[in-house]
Amino acid sequence: MTTMTREETEALINEVLEVYPADSKEERAKHLMANDSSLEKASKCITSNRKSLPGVMTIRGCAYAGSKGVVWGPIKDMIHISHGPVGCGQYSRAGRRNYYVGTTGVDTFGTMNFTSDFQEKDIVFGGDKKLAKLIEEVETLFPLNKGISVQSECPIGLIGDDIEAVSKKAAKELNKPVVPVRCEGFRGVSQSLGHHIANDAIRDHMLEGVEKKEGGPYDVSVIGDYNIGGDAWSSRILLEEMGLNVVAQWSGDGTVEEMKACPQVKLNLLHCYRSMNYISRFMEEKYGIPWLEYNFFGPTKIAESLRAIAAHFDDKIMEGAERVIAKYQPLMQAVVDKYKPRLEGKKVMLYVGGLRPRHVIGAYEDLGMEVVGTGYEFAHNDDYDRTVKEMGNATLIYDDVTGYEFEEFVKKIKPDLIGSGIKEKYIFQKMGIPFRQMHSWDYSGPYHGYDGFAIFARDMDMAINSPTWSGMKAPWLAGAEAPAAKAVNE
Amino acid sequence: MPSVMIRQTADGKLSFYVAKKDLEETIDTMEFSTAEKWGGEVKLTDGSLFYIDPMPAPKLPTTIRAKKM
Ligand code: SF4
Repeated sequence: MTTMTREETEALINEVLEVYPADSKEERAKHLMANDSSLEKASKCITSNRKSLPGVMTIRGCAYAGSKGVVWGPIKDMIHISHGPVGCGQYSRAGRRNYYVGTTGVDTFGTMNFTSDFQEKDIVFGGDKKLAKLIEEVETLFPLNKGISVQSECPIGLIGDDIEAVSKKAAKELNKPVVPVRCEGFRGVSQSLGHHIANDAIRDHMLEGVEKKEGGPYDVSVIGDYNIGGDAWSSRILLEEMGLNVVAQWSGDGTVEEMKACPQVKLNLLHCYRSMNYISRFMEEKYGIPWLEYNFFGPTKIAESLRAIAAHFDDKIMEGAERVIAKYQPLMQAVVDKYKPRLEGKKVMLYVGGLRPRHVIGAYEDLGMEVVGTGYEFAHNDDYDRTVKEMGNATLIYDDVTGYEFEEFVKKIKPDLIGSGIKEKYIFQKMGIPFRQMHSWDYSGPYHGYDGFAIFARDMDMAINSPTWSGMKAPWLAGAEAPAAKAVNE
Repeated sequence: MPSVMIRQTADGKLSFYVAKKDLEETIDTMEFSTAEKWGGEVKLTDGSLFYIDPMPAPKLPTTIRAKKM
């Protein structure tokens, strides 16, 4: 199906690497591959989770971003203090669009930014006192909070503040969880270690002492769905419709109680494996709760996942799954009938975070599109093992791609659509290539579930077939061969 | 001697997970795998070798010590 042969893909990789000094070239070559979908283990062909090279433009984030931004931040009834200078929290505030219900500033705090706003004197004399005072103030101003987490930024680790002691004392006084998270940005090579540290903090502070309870026979939890644009909501309705009882959903629109309710479930449903596998493994070992990775992007994968989930339960749930699939089938057919003719054969390149580089492939394929290149910011070996099977042979796979490499790949492959983040968006749009942000859904969403697929299809069509692209060339340069764009309502 | 978590995967294989290193590999062969004696030399699919002190088969998943060979 792919338009490039293995030789061509490999030649492209070599050509792009040509400009690097010998050392960097050798290092970067390990992170790029032409896919071979017969591989069991991707680690033979691609290296991941390594430090980015100095001098190249990496697209990664930091451990603090992984903990505060991804795992802890969306727990809505807790206050998450960005401990350190003001910038880390303020510039990332509310950027991930984790939707939630509640009254912000009263009983929920998702989009607010709490920071200890470190100044020079705090660095010199230490900030523990300031933190203690801040926790006190937070408690006075927002008494309905259910707990507090202290998310360390870089300087905290550097000056050696003892946030554990402050948190422990405060937790006793307030009789609420106060969780110190050692997620200083410099730890690890990307946001990935931040996820791990955050999961460990959940284990040590939220699940500590929580015993296994007997729950209902159909109790499940949804873990690692961050409810971006409402994703978790359009997922859980499907589970509920098939007869399951979703007792916990976090961290998107999640609460402290839901985290603590997890040990009663029969099955943990894991959406983002990369960021939440740690806590799922822990619960499997401690409470004997199995976990299952699922994919709710596009009707093909949704049906596969619903059946896989149902297989863990009895006939009633299995029938429920079939009923849900059958109910939405005509709706999905209508979406495909409408958009497939407009999108068929279009080529997509992706570069995203934890799971989407592989999970959305099925949704594009449902629309007749083809993913010709994909890559992760912070994946590990196991993510690539899962990816090589999803991608076509000889397609391009890039790990921690640099700004330069990504641009060069795009110039050569000339995809019809790119799905990546805000930092990449305008570069590619200025090159005249349609683009969708695949982290934040470009202020749209949800994209999960059946309802999400309809929105996904519309958005991809809107990006690719926008009449804007016919205006990329000045009229006097366009001449006769100017491509006529399809009008959206054609 | 890293702590590793061994778990059964859906396809019936054993996975070998080193939390400290965030490394997940599949176990290729294990020297002993009976109910009374379990462990010994473990070969992973990436070729690396570990040694687990033989013990009665534990309930999976479990976290144990393994020695890198
Ligand atoms: S790397 Fe450090 S200073 Fe930068 S955003 Fe992350 S925590 Fe803040």
